[in-house]
Amino acid sequence: MVDNVIAVRDIGKAFAGVQALDGITLEIAPGEIHCLAGENGSGKSTLIKVMSGVHAPDTGTIELNGKTFSKLSPIEAISNGVQVIYQDFSVFPNLTVMENLALNAELAAHRTFVSWKRMRAVAEEAIAKINFTIDLDEKVGQLSVAQKQLVAISRALMSDAKLIIMDEPTTALTKREVDALFAIILDLKARGIATLFVSHKLDEVFEISERFTIIRNGKSVITCLPEELDHATFSHHMTGREFDDDHFVPEHVSEEPILETRGLGVDGAFADVDLTLRKGEILGITGLLGSGRTELALSLFGSKPADSGKILINGEVVEVGSVRAAIAHGIGYVPEDRLTEGLFLERSISSNIVISEIDSFVSKFGALDQRKADAEGQRWVDELKIATPNPANPVNTLSGGNQQRIVLAKWLATHPKILILNGPTVGVDIGSKHDIHRILRTLASEGLGVIIISDDIPEVIQNCNRVMAMNAGRIVAEIDPRTTTESELAELMSKDPSTIDGKG
Amino acid sequence: MAKLVRKLTKSNEFYLLLVIIAVSIVIQLRSGQFFSANNLVDLANAMVVPGIFAVGAFMVLVAGGIDVSFPALASLSVYATTRVLVDAGYTGGVWLPFLMVIVVGAILGAFNGLFTSRFVVPVLIITLGTASVFSGVMQGVFKSVQIPNLPQGMSDFGRSTLFVATNPESGLTSNMPVAFLILVAVVAVAFVVMRYTTFGRGLYAIGGDESAAARAGFKVRKIKFWLFVIVGIIASLAGLVRTSMMDQMHPTNLLGMELMVIAAVVLGGASITGGTGTLTGTMLGTLLIVIVQNSMILVGIPTFWQGFALGTLILVGTGISAVQLTRSRKRAPALVQG
Repeated sequence: MVDNVIAVRDIGKAFAGVQALDGITLEIAPGEIHCLAGENGSGKSTLIKVMSGVHAPDTGTIELNGKTFSKLSPIEAISNGVQVIYQDFSVFPNLTVMENLALNAELAAHRTFVSWKRMRAVAEEAIAKINFTIDLDEKVGQLSVAQKQLVAISRALMSDAKLIIMDEPTTALTKREVDALFAIILDLKARGIATLFVSHKLDEVFEISERFTIIRNGKSVITCLPEELDHATFSHHMTGREFDDDHFVPEHVSEEPILETRGLGVDGAFADVDLTLRKGEILGITGLLGSGRTELALSLFGSKPADSGKILINGEVVEVGSVRAAIAHGIGYVPEDRLTEGLFLERSISSNIVISEIDSFVSKFGALDQRKADAEGQRWVDELKIATPNPANPVNTLSGGNQQRIVLAKWLATHPKILILNGPTVGVDIGSKHDIHRILRTLASEGLGVIIISDDIPEVIQNCNRVMAMNAGRIVAEIDPRTTTESELAELMSKDPSTIDGKG
Repeated sequence: MAKLVRKLTKSNEFYLLLVIIAVSIVIQLRSGQFFSANNLVDLANAMVVPGIFAVGAFMVLVAGGIDVSFPALASLSVYATTRVLVDAGYTGGVWLPFLMVIVVGAILGAFNGLFTSRFVVPVLIITLGTASVFSGVMQGVFKSVQIPNLPQGMSDFGRSTLFVATNPESGLTSNMPVAFLILVAVVAVAFVVMRYTTFGRGLYAIGGDESAAARAGFKVRKIKFWLFVIVGIIASLAGLVRTSMMDQMHPTNLLGMELMVIAAVVLGGASITGGTGTLTGTMLGTLLIVIVQNSMILVGIPTFWQGFALGTLILVGTGISAVQLTRSRKRAPALVQG
C-alpha cells in the first residue's frame, strides 16, 4: 500500500450553526485522479478550503506528507504540495502572467524583496512544464478563459505539487479545451501528481476519474470505483433522489407554427436559418461555442437583430428589432450567463422576479404598489420551489440552480408564448437541473413553445422532441432525439465545417 | 524597439507627459515665463506637499481603497507635536519634531489600519469617519488654535534652501527648499517598496483580487494594517513639511486637500478600483495639477477658473482611461461569445 498524498479524517466544520462538513474522510493516493462530486451546497467547496488551509476544521485531522495537522495554514498546505485551482482561477487580472506565476514562489520562500529576474526565470520554467506558450508580460486580465486556466495550472505545478485540486475546471471551457485539459491531467498522473477533480458534469467525471467520493449535505455518501457506478446510481448518491432517464414526448403540438424563421442571418455569425416551432414543442438547438447558436438566440430576442431573412410569429412577418419588440411579441429569453445578463445580484429575489413586469404594479399615479409586487414575487418563489427563507434576500445568497429559477420566473411572469433558453443549466447542480427540465416540460405541455440552446448533448436529447445541430453558422441537421445517439449528435456538431456544403 | 513604442503608446504616463509638455508650451508661448529658472523652482516647491501626500494616497488606491483621512491625520499629528514642543519650550533641532510626527502618524495610521483590516467596510467610509475623529480630537482635546511661533528647529528647516534661482529678466528669486529632498526620499523609498518588496506587490495583488491574494498566501490583514501605518507616517511628514514651510501651525490649513491629491493620483493612471497605477504616473499627475494651479496666473487667467480647469482635467484624464478600457473590452465582447 502506497502512502496517501493526503488524507483527511473525520473532518467537521460549521459556519454560524450550519454544519457544512460532518465527519468527512477522504484519501488520495499518489498519481490518482480522484473525483469529488456533490451538489451545490453539499460541502465540496468547504472541503477544498479545509484541504488547502483556507478554513480550519472544527474537528478531525489532515495527514500530509506523513505529518498530522489539526489545521493547516495556506502556506503549510502549499509547502506540502497541495495546490488548488479555483473556479475563478484566483489570478490577479491586473498583474502580468509572469507575476501571477512567480509571486507564490516568492511568498512561499518568505522573501521580503522580489527579484524580477528571478521571477522571469521561474515563470519561464513554469510554462515550459506544460508546453504552454504565452507572452509573460501580458496582463492576465487580457487572456481567454482557457489561457487563464493554463496560467493557474502552470502556477500550481511550480511549487513541487503532489496534489492538484481543480474546482469545477471545465465550467467555462469548450469541448476542445476540456480535452486539452484532460491531456494535461493525464500527463500529471504520469509524473505521479494526483488530481482531485471537483465537478458535477457526469460525462466528464466518468471519462477521467479513477475513483469517486460523493458527498451530500456535508457527509460522505460513498467512495468507490467508476465500475461500481452508472449515471443513475451516481445521480442517486449525489441527490438522494431517483431519476428516470426518459425522453420528452410533447402532448399537444399545435398545427400552426408559433414561430418560424426563413433564411435568417446575421453577418459573420450565422446564415440561412430556417426553423419552425409549434406550441407544446421543445426544440433543441445545439452546436459548439462559435457555431452561431448564441447569436441566433440573441437575434430571435432582438438584442442582435438579423441582417437578412424573416421572422414569423403566428404566420405573420414581424420585425424583432429590439428586446422590447421581442417581449411585445411574447418572446422571453433566459440568457447564457445569468450572472451578467439576467440578474441584479445585489437586489432581492422578489424584485428580480417582478422587474420584467414592473409596469403592471404601478398605480395610475406612477407609484409602485410594493405589496402587490411582493405578493407576485412570493407566488413565483412558491411555484418554482426556489429554496429561500425570504424572498427579500438578495439573489447572490442563492445557489446557481436557484438563481437560474429566478431568471426563469422573471420571464414566465411576463406570460411569454415563446421561451428561448440559452444554456439553461450551465453551472447548475444535478438536482436543480432535473427540476428545471421538469419545469420546462410542464411549460411546454401547457402550450408554450420552448427553444433550448445548449451544448449539453444529454440535455437536448432528453428534453427536446426535435434537435437542430448548428455548425459554422448553419443548421447542418435536424434529428429525432429518440433515434439519435449522443455520439452521433456530437459528431454532427464538431465536423470540420469545410466538409459540409451548404445545409446538410 | 517596436515593442517599446507599443508599450509606451499603451501607457497612461506617456499621454500624461504629452499633456504636460503641451500645457507647458502653451504657457511658455503666452507668458514667456514658464521655462524661467525661478518658475521651475517654484513648481518644484509647490510639488513637495501634494507630492508626498500623493504617494500615500497612491499606495492606498493600489490596494483598492480611497483614503480621505490623510489631511486630518497629518493636521492632528503635526498639531499635537507642535503644541507639545512649543509648550515645553523646545529649542533643539528638527530631528525631534520629525521623530514625533512619525510616531504619532504611525499610531493614528494604525487606528485607520485596525478598522480597515478588521472590517469589511470600504476604506472610503472608514476614513471619512476617522477623518472626523482626527479633526474632532484636534479641536476638542487640544483646543486647537493657530500657533504663530514654531519651535526654532522647525522654522529653520522651513527656511533652509538648497539653492536660489533668479529670473534674469524680472530679477525675481525663488528658493529651492531642503524639504524637496524629503519628497525625493519618500518617492524613492515608496518606489522600492512598491516594486521590489513582497509587501508592495502584495498591495497590487490585493487591489487586483483580494481573495486570490489571500489564497496565494499574502497575509492580507497584516498588509492592510501596515499599509495604513506607513501612509500615516507619510501624511504626517507632508504635514510637518507644510507647517515648517509656512512657519506657523494653522490647524485647518491642510483640510480639503484630499480631493486634489486623489484627483492627481487618478489622473496619473491609478484605477479607482485598485490594482493599477505607477508612482511615475502619480508624480506626473501631481505635477500637472500643480502646473495648472501655479501657472494660470502666469497666463493671466483669473484664479477662480482654477477649479474649473482642474475639474476639466480630471474629467478628460479619467475619460481617456475609461475609453481605453471600453475599447479593450469591446475586443472581447461580453454578450456574444464565440
